[in-house]
Amino acid sequence: MTERGSRRAVVESALVEAHRHQWASVLAATVPLARDLDLAEDCVQEAYAAAVSSWVRDGVPAKPAAWLTTAARRRAVDAMRRERALRRRLPLLVEPAGPVEDSVVDGSSREGEEPEAVVGDERLRLVLLCCHPALAQEAQVALTLRLVCGVATLDIAHAFLVTEATMAARLTRAKKKIARSRIRCRVPPPSELPDRLRPVLAVVHLLFTTGHTAPSGAELVRVDLVETALDLARMLRELLPDEPEMAGLLALLLVTDARRATRVSATGRLLRLEEQDRSEWDRVAITEAHDLVVGALRGGHRGRYVLQAAIASVYARAPAYEETDWPQVLALYDELLRVWPSPVVALNRAVSLSHVRGPAVALAEVEALQDAGHLVGYQYLPAVEADLLARLGRTSEAAGAYQRALALTRNAAERAFLTERITVLR
Amino acid sequence: MAQYAVLVYAPDSAHALAATAAETQSADVHAEALAAAGSMLVAYALTPREMATSLRADSVTDGPFIDAKEVVAGFYVIEAPDLDAALAIAGTNPALREGGGVEVRPVHSGGVVQDTGG
Repeated sequence: MTERGSRRAVVESALVEAHRHQWASVLAATVPLARDLDLAEDCVQEAYAAAVSSWVRDGVPAKPAAWLTTAARRRAVDAMRRERALRRRLPLLVEPAGPVEDSVVDGSSREGEEPEAVVGDERLRLVLLCCHPALAQEAQVALTLRLVCGVATLDIAHAFLVTEATMAARLTRAKKKIARSRIRCRVPPPSELPDRLRPVLAVVHLLFTTGHTAPSGAELVRVDLVETALDLARMLRELLPDEPEMAGLLALLLVTDARRATRVSATGRLLRLEEQDRSEWDRVAITEAHDLVVGALRGGHRGRYVLQAAIASVYARAPAYEETDWPQVLALYDELLRVWPSPVVALNRAVSLSHVRGPAVALAEVEALQDAGHLVGYQYLPAVEADLLARLGRTSEAAGAYQRALALTRNAAERAFLTERITVLR
Repeated sequence: MAQYAVLVYAPDSAHALAATAAETQSADVHAEALAAAGSMLVAYALTPREMATSLRADSVTDGPFIDAKEVVAGFYVIEAPDLDAALAIAGTNPALREGGGVEVRPVHSGGVVQDTGG
């Protein structure tokens, strides 16, 4: 490789790194100057583009994020000057930046210096803006991926199985609502923070689950989405070290993802928990998750994500499936059902109940859920029912239930699993 | 500052023609509090659903335009610096505690028409 070629490779990997970890800070620090999300986004994109030639020429700066931030903010200030001459200013997104703006305008802050505005707070503000409860969840998810994670519109469209034009329109609508109804980039007072965090947690969790079991297609896991969700959860955990549910969510994602390598067989079939090779599980992630859960529970907090993580952690720490501490899992599910009374939780609780009080008792609960009509179209209900029927020796009924699950499932790895179960039973 | 319309949805309006002060008290106290805080620009309490008449191209019908559990019981316009502030004000509406709720929408334009004489 030529010297210039290797230098370009170094710059490219530094930029990939800066894109993955710093996009949110750079954009968050640019929004107050641009006062408009679209303009801020353009400026950040230009800054990343300008970095390629500049870094190849001068070398990668010591603080890439600071360089990018200063470059993006300078562009925002220039654009605002031009804008002012052209047309009336858009409604203010945030309070005027004051002294920060001055320091950029008069050139006292240079590219390469650490701008004081790059603080955790700004990223948190950006996330809270994207996940404002006045926006629909699909808009929250799209905005978070685009603005906080810097994912291209086309890639967001692929992840959610819509066309690029549809996703672009969704983003535009959301940004218009933010500007027109004056949703501000702001951290609420501590008393309101838990309420405002709820949609944030839900968005991160949704991103993860969408990646963890892709809704359709040949691959079970979309690694890019899973990694994005994990990065986001880590960033938020850093910003909000005192929020137990944030710790709970990060723990839940870590412990779930720790089994990634073992969820599918060599032939692409989904493997059940009892079939997975536990020696391949990521012990470092499992231990980190366990420590987070213990910390949150010690604080006396027992919210939805902490409890879900606690359950997943009990499963992951058992040396073998048969050695799972079922009574503890069941007790945790009872508690989870109290704080989060959802039919999906009730279904999962029934699985642990089957290991404590037998499959017949659990089957009665699953049938009650089915009769209540809460989970129509949810493929895991007939799958759980089938498993319980098979354990009771009612094989032909079990095969029928698997058949119903199969009719509701589009993911190839899950379909392969269900098809095999039916063959074994027949 | 921006203007936001607050549409009050309730099972029905408390402001019947013969309503007593006690029946309209919670709405009145709320309106007075907003007026005293200086955030309310204009406010109207509407009569109950049985007083409504709806028009379509080919018909005149008795009752609200949309047949739903709740009706628009009244509306007002407030001034607030941003959506969060508007939602905080609107969130104090007694309809939220009385089986209804409110819808907040930024105002595009408009206001009370001035009498131009003639």
